[in-house]
Amino acid sequence: MSEHVLPVPVNRKFFTRGVFLLIVLAAIMACIAVYRFLFVGLAGATNLNQEYPWGIWISIDVATGVALAAGGFTTATLAHIFHREHYHAIARPALLTAMLGYTFVGIGLMFDLGRPYNIWHPIILWHGNSVLFEVGLCVVCYLNVLYIEFLPIVCERFQDDLRFPAIARYCKWLLPILGKVMFLFVIAGTVLSCLHQSSLGNLMVIAPSKFHDLWDTPICSLLFLLSAFMVGFPMVIFESMYTAWCFKIKPEMEILSPLSKYTLFFTGLYLAVKVTDMLIRGSYVYLTEGSIQSYAFTVEMLFGVAVPFFMLLSPKIRNTPRLLFIAALLIVLGVVMNRVNVFLIGYQPPYATVSYIPSIFEVAVTIGLGATLMLVYRAIVTFLPVISHPDLVARKA
Amino acid sequence: MGVSRREFLRVVGASGVAGSVVGVATSSAEGSGAVVPSDDLMGVLVDVPKCIGCRRCEFACKEAAMQASAARGETKEAERFKPDAIEAFEDKSVFDDEGLRRPEPHCYTKINRFPNPEQPDKPFFTKVNCLHCVDPACLSACIVKAFRKLDDGPVIYDAWKCMGCRYCMVACPFGIPQYEYDNLWTPQVRKCTLCADEGNPNKGKVPACIKICPAEVMTYAKRSDLLAVAHEKIRNEPDVYQDHVYGEHEVGGTSWLYLLPHQYSIEELGFLELDSKAPPRLTEAIQHGVFMKFFPPAAWFALLGSMMWVSRPGADQDGEPTGEGHH
Ligand code: SF4
Ligand code: SF4
Repeated sequence: MSEHVLPVPVNRKFFTRGVFLLIVLAAIMACIAVYRFLFVGLAGATNLNQEYPWGIWISIDVATGVALAAGGFTTATLAHIFHREHYHAIARPALLTAMLGYTFVGIGLMFDLGRPYNIWHPIILWHGNSVLFEVGLCVVCYLNVLYIEFLPIVCERFQDDLRFPAIARYCKWLLPILGKVMFLFVIAGTVLSCLHQSSLGNLMVIAPSKFHDLWDTPICSLLFLLSAFMVGFPMVIFESMYTAWCFKIKPEMEILSPLSKYTLFFTGLYLAVKVTDMLIRGSYVYLTEGSIQSYAFTVEMLFGVAVPFFMLLSPKIRNTPRLLFIAALLIVLGVVMNRVNVFLIGYQPPYATVSYIPSIFEVAVTIGLGATLMLVYRAIVTFLPVISHPDLVARKA
Repeated sequence: MGVSRREFLRVVGASGVAGSVVGVATSSAEGSGAVVPSDDLMGVLVDVPKCIGCRRCEFACKEAAMQASAARGETKEAERFKPDAIEAFEDKSVFDDEGLRRPEPHCYTKINRFPNPEQPDKPFFTKVNCLHCVDPACLSACIVKAFRKLDDGPVIYDAWKCMGCRYCMVACPFGIPQYEYDNLWTPQVRKCTLCADEGNPNKGKVPACIKICPAEVMTYAKRSDLLAVAHEKIRNEPDVYQDHVYGEHEVGGTSWLYLLPHQYSIEELGFLELDSKAPPRLTEAIQHGVFMKFFPPAAWFALLGSMMWVSRPGADQDGEPTGEGHH
């Protein structure tokens, strides 16, 4: 059975054509970084203005990045806290995605900050009333938790490495200690995730006069939390299938299709809460407004939540790799849309005379961050024991 | 700068774990309940129909900001605030050419013109700047508490704390804070300080714009007294003023109060229709109420820990790092 297959480094050629494309995109981003930080600043690199202080670097790189990294804590909760041993095989890839996801959220934030060298200030200048402070603090703590959770993977890799005897000895010593205390970090990871995933939804509530009523609800933080629960497993499914496709191994449907049942539940829950909220606040009147916001909301709810929900209802779809992939992808894109809608499309500054369209540099950095993340992911699974798959072990033996 | 450095050290000193916990506990206590304007709160009453649109306040504001920057040793910044000769501000064409004029990073206040339907030769002029909210959203939002509200009202900003996330700009209901996007290394959030920033020659005195105004449009006094005066004026001259003191209730009240001509609606004069509730009351209630009081993180931790224990498999041979299974 698949749960007894131990994770191994993927034994595949690292430099493929896809990898070269990623390297090019990452290099473009590096050039823009030099341009933005050393020469032109935010004014030259972005199309931000006085009315639109937040662009795609915040709405996509940071807010969406945090949401899409939710696969880490949802999987850890399922596999380690609820002890669903069946899912251990996906826990490590999900952990790696979360770790890289949050790391790149931090890098993306650096691009956006006017004084990036002050990024550590929240650690000394506590402001408990600031919603952003809570988000920031939890993210920083969680990032450290993720690194600690990842440490055993590194140790496993080097504990028998004869080239570095000192490191190997240290790893051998550290592994059992980590094993004993890890449960504390797993729980902390879940608590911290719930806290900041929800607080992130509270950010725009402070600007009710600018925040479109379709999204502006006092339970916005609950909706963010529920959508984080919802998107966690679809991200794992998406990524697991995509990895399988890249490395030409079979997708592990015996893990992924039962996983999608949880997604069915969370998608249904999110849909129900979201519709109830809309009915109670009466915000459905804006649906026929004919504005960009009304269309954006409709598309987000229809294709990002309702359609995948009804798709997942069918066992046949849950068991068919291609269709399950599509359903998972729709949910992921739906959450991406939701975050962009909340932080960008739904933000309507009263005195704006020009609207914000991201500059070519902003777009290139956003793409470059994604590409670099994939590059690092590929490098790590190639050299560290992250992925467990029967095919890989067979090949090794 | 001296004050900032002292404060910096004090904050750093208090930033041990214990200090931080206490800090959060006290600030969450502050966070609950509505903010009532204190009796010491100063305010500015703007008698909009009296304004003649001479734009001298724009000049005085830039001059004060320039002097304050120079006093703080920010020479380059001072240069950017430096106003043209006062005569240049007589130029009325800006009202036609610039649309609705909004504050800029180096121009904290702007005057706008609106035609008077009854007396075409006496148009109305409104002044826009930070309203110095009683319960400021910018202050509540800031991740590092770079904004302070002084006891007598001014909301001022400590640049050294700021990390430039611009959440304050998102939060301000009036779209006031302006960002120096073109400053490569040390961009600041810029807005009216009510002349209470470090180095400002008018600090502790009447703000520059109010002092220079030849038509005595603005009165600087206790906010509670100003409200009484405003309502009396409305009662005595209903054919001049509309029956609404802008800033009395908007977003929980602001230190700046406006008497507006009755010929226009609030929005036609470039002001915003806003709720009387201060936005931070809701976000802070959600944050402290839900996360700290009803469902504190420690309780989550205990709950998840017990779930982990209850659902543990009988024997954990995998050696998976699930801890409690080993007991
Ligand atoms: S008007 Fe805006 S910038 Fe001024 S105190 Fe209020 S929230 Fe802050
Ligand atoms: S830009 Fe500066 S002052 Fe504004 S919220 Fe961010 S840290 Fe605070």
